Amino acid sequence: MNAIEFILAGMLAAATPFLLAALGEMVVERAGVLNLGVEGMMALGAVIAFIIVYHGGGHVLGFVAAGLASAILSLLFAVIALGFRANQVATGLAIGILGQGLSALFGKTYESLTVTGLPKLAVPGLSEIPVIGGLFVQDAAVWLTLAATLGIWAVFAYTKVGLVIRAIGENPKAAHAIGYPVIAIRVAAVAFGGAMAGFAGAYASVVYTPLWADGMIAGRGWIAIALVVFGTWLTGRIFLGACLFGAVSLMGLAAQATALDVPSQLLSSLPYIVTIVVLGIISADRRLLKLNGVASLGEPFER
Amino acid sequence: MTAPTTAFLPTLVRRERASLLAALIAPPVALAVATALNLALYVLMGRDPVAVVHAMLLEPFLSWASFSEVLLKAGPLLLIAQGLAIGFRAKVFNIGAEGQFILGAIFASSIPVWFPQATGQWIWPLMLLLGAIGGALWASITAFWRVRLNASEILVSLMLSLVATQLLNYLLLGPWKDPAGFNFPQSVMFQYDAMVPMLFAGTRVNVSLILTIVLSLAAWVFMQKSFTGYKLQVGGLAPRAAGYAGFSEGRAIWLSLLIGGFAAGLAGAAEVAGPLGQLQRSISTGYGYAAIIVAYLGGLHPLGIIASAMVMAVLYIGGDNAMVSANLPIAAVRVFQGSLLLAYLVAVAFVRYRLEWPRAAHRSPS
Repeated sequence: MNAIEFILAGMLAAATPFLLAALGEMVVERAGVLNLGVEGMMALGAVIAFIIVYHGGGHVLGFVAAGLASAILSLLFAVIALGFRANQVATGLAIGILGQGLSALFGKTYESLTVTGLPKLAVPGLSEIPVIGGLFVQDAAVWLTLAATLGIWAVFAYTKVGLVIRAIGENPKAAHAIGYPVIAIRVAAVAFGGAMAGFAGAYASVVYTPLWADGMIAGRGWIAIALVVFGTWLTGRIFLGACLFGAVSLMGLAAQATALDVPSQLLSSLPYIVTIVVLGIISADRRLLKLNGVASLGEPFER
Repeated sequence: MTAPTTAFLPTLVRRERASLLAALIAPPVALAVATALNLALYVLMGRDPVAVVHAMLLEPFLSWASFSEVLLKAGPLLLIAQGLAIGFRAKVFNIGAEGQFILGAIFASSIPVWFPQATGQWIWPLMLLLGAIGGALWASITAFWRVRLNASEILVSLMLSLVATQLLNYLLLGPWKDPAGFNFPQSVMFQYDAMVPMLFAGTRVNVSLILTIVLSLAAWVFMQKSFTGYKLQVGGLAPRAAGYAGFSEGRAIWLSLLIGGFAAGLAGAAEVAGPLGQLQRSISTGYGYAAIIVAYLGGLHPLGIIASAMVMAVLYIGGDNAMVSANLPIAAVRVFQGSLLLAYLVAVAFVRYRLEWPRAAHRSPS
């Protein structure tokens, strides 16, 4: 297997935690809310899923429980930031610290233990194609994530629900005047984002690298938030961005395998450096951000 | 038209005026609430709450030796938080103090690592200066990205912290590893002149504490009395008004980030040239993130931050104690930190708003 085949085969799985968390955060931000606690919500989901799978509860229960736990944590954010109109940046940071703390607390006795991941399912025929065949051999969670991506795209492209969420993010006062419950819909969006971050963490800890280590999310929650900006709040572009980051994180592994004389720390920080560079390139196009950005992002809603 | 779904919930009504007294009691109330919630968590975990309270909140004050450790811990927290608070007031959210702290430690360490034989009383002051410059330089990347490229300073500064950790690992596993250090990821032990002089005999508290307090007072003068500090605050509260008045947003961002980076870098330098005496992997136990909480808990006010830094330092030292004597995992400190900030944000909401229950609203004549 050469490097390109290796990257193509593994890209979607590596992209899945980024994709799940970023799509969740996209919905939250589209509704006008900035929840910076993604890293902590992912960490909490990761540990909950790991504990359940480790004790034989199975992957399905693991994912469900992870989604629930992180959704509950995100509701705490909602109560404080939306209910009490606290500063969303500070509340998100606090939720992040709390989630990471709880994750370390619950995971303490599981450090370095392992579980088995999920089997790969191949699409007959397509997976036989040379070079790109690896793209069509993925585990069930990846297939479901791709389906969810399509679903979220369709909701925003074709349904009234998508339109209402966007209206609330663009102009909450007008949406309120027409009779939409701004706060209730924002709370629902935040809970959805929390559940998605929980799934993302679960994928990281019980499928992608089925091993528990404190701090294993390693900045992926933050990269997911950056991905929402890269993707200019659009599902398709966020998908492409997540694939890029999946590929970048694999490039590190591929380069180490080829025994190139590059310090491993440089390879480990590659995703962070790429984030910084891409963030600069995309953000410099102020018109693009203005066109696609969310007008009321991070501002509390007062009637 | 009103939204029907929230009719059974109380609504927040803005107070006519926020009282100073309420603002002053909000942090202690938040601390009390967070303490109660966390004690409940420890009980659920099967720990003895009395033992935890004793280890965490009392022991740090019971001897001069342990209280001196609190002072030692408070130093970096205080310094970083003062720098961050200036930015937060200007609505510049530098959350990458952790990275700026690490760069400060690296810059300061360059002298004893490259010139281990050097002697003279000029070494430690130069190290502190270099550290502050290193932190400011690292923060200037974020400032450039924000001002010139319009990128979110939150994301850039955080990413740079993750990069800084990898840079530190690279140096300690590679070129800066102590050749006689049994392959441990740490630098050589610094020479005597590369250490900040001690302040109290028998403790590890050093002269940098005085520097920290002086800089805290300087931050107070800067924010409350100087025109530049005033411009920064107006920029944060009313960016449009600041723009009309000719206050440059770009300059405010640069200034906020450089001050934040300078303070965090100085704290990093004081840590390696103080209690540690060498560059190590574990130079920071999350000071950069804890300082964000310290800044908010202190009401973003230079004098309030002095008090909140002491509280956070007690939590750190007390957490260490509780790990030993009450078998409490050290992660419990992070849980406490997160819940403390959340409790504070709710407490502050009550300073600005009061709850109005639907029924009471009907009865009131207005």
